Amino acid sequence: MSVDYKPAVHFNHVNFSFVDNPILKDITGSFPEGKITTLVGPSGAGKTTLLKLCNGLLSAQSGEVYIKDRSIEDYEPVELRRLVGIALQSAPMVAGSVYKNLSLPLELQGKSLSKTEAVELLQDVGLAEELMERKVKDLSGGQRQKVSIARTLVNKPEVLLLDEITSSLDRTSLKEIEELIVKINQKYGTTIIWITHNLQQALEIGNFTWVMMDGEVVETGESNLLNDPANDKVRRFVRGEAG
Amino acid sequence: MSYLTLSITLIFVVIPLLLSKTLNLGLERDTIIATLRSIVQLLAVGYVLKFVFDSESLIYIFLMVALMVVAATHNAQKKGAAIRGIIWKVAVTLIFVEVLTQGILLGFNITPATAQYIIPISGMVVGNSMVLSILFLNRFTAEVESHQDETELILSLGGTPKQAIHTQLISSIKASMIPTIESQKTVGLVQLPGMMSGQIIAGADPIQAVQFQLLIMFLLLTTAAVTSVMLGFLSYPTLFNQRMQLMKTDSN
Repeated sequence: MSVDYKPAVHFNHVNFSFVDNPILKDITGSFPEGKITTLVGPSGAGKTTLLKLCNGLLSAQSGEVYIKDRSIEDYEPVELRRLVGIALQSAPMVAGSVYKNLSLPLELQGKSLSKTEAVELLQDVGLAEELMERKVKDLSGGQRQKVSIARTLVNKPEVLLLDEITSSLDRTSLKEIEELIVKINQKYGTTIIWITHNLQQALEIGNFTWVMMDGEVVETGESNLLNDPANDKVRRFVRGEAG
Repeated sequence: MSYLTLSITLIFVVIPLLLSKTLNLGLERDTIIATLRSIVQLLAVGYVLKFVFDSESLIYIFLMVALMVVAATHNAQKKGAAIRGIIWKVAVTLIFVEVLTQGILLGFNITPATAQYIIPISGMVVGNSMVLSILFLNRFTAEVESHQDETELILSLGGTPKQAIHTQLISSIKASMIPTIESQKTVGLVQLPGMMSGQIIAGADPIQAVQFQLLIMFLLLTTAAVTSVMLGFLSYPTLFNQRMQLMKTDSN
């Protein structure tokens, strides 16, 4: 896929099993730098596992993952995870205020986040400054996801992994998050790899897409492949007949 | 107390047996087994202790304490089966606590270096350390399981395993220490400790009995703190691998 683009993340014959159960089978392909690539496919296809391999939360049993042309094994785990950020579906928070959560990535490095930087982050993700001291348990689903994304941005990641971050949001929040991701991609040139079940979202927001089924990548290309898939299984999936 | 007098105390076993029979509780068999086991085990220990006390041999004292540590380790490690190498971590903790407490007691001449003191105090220290280990491991494994998302969040933001597990570790250490601290707050008001009561019944001066009880209670505070902190810091690294990944991770 996309030979014209420099890869930010590259998979080379990657296999991953969990308790002798193959989750990913011989994955090869690239995620272009500075672009939005969506990962679509039925539940249990191995999408989340693939995402976690990108920032070293999991390691492949065989094959190689490269981040910016460097093998993932050559990165220190801490360095890798700051370079490749992830926002999870459940948007987990540490108990306390929004500010406490925003300052967490720097606290882990023994540094602190200034109030000015925190305000800028909130503005970046479209949240009001007044939310700074609010307890995270009092946030709406959409606000929580925005805080989660803002927190990931504190590390200034070059690659941002998104795991179904809009799946439980109402339509307004969903649109706001979509706009936010496009803005991050354009403003910082961040490479985005986004798992979504929303095929319309993949078509509208993604530059490229990977369709995964049963641990394999069955079709890749520009997002409009979803309008007319070459693969029969993908065609059935797109029509809602599989998965 | 003569054996005849002791046999009369079996009335206290007959009462629960009668209640169980009358109310169909179905506990008669267990009550009889528990009674027989306690008679056999305690009499056996009594004779062994008498032998060890009479011999005053350091080897027998060492063997008795070693037996306590082995039995306590075996019992406590069952609660931490999910943690790799837990049996050694529990054993090292119990041995360290025993050496530390006896070291202070004997080093400062607080208690004499005789079997009569070393064995019962070791029993209390090792027994308490075992209970603390079980409390800690129960809580810690539950905390790790229920906070996997938070642990993974901190790892994903570039945190180290120690930072990722810090909250769960501290909360488990605190939770396992609280019963010891709380029971000491009400001691003398709600309950008279068993050892002190035993000494008073045996004819010791109550003030002397209280002094010994205070010694034991202070000792158990150290035992509680050192056991949970040490076991905690020995256990958490095994939850992660060299690539700073949480070993028990769901995949889809």
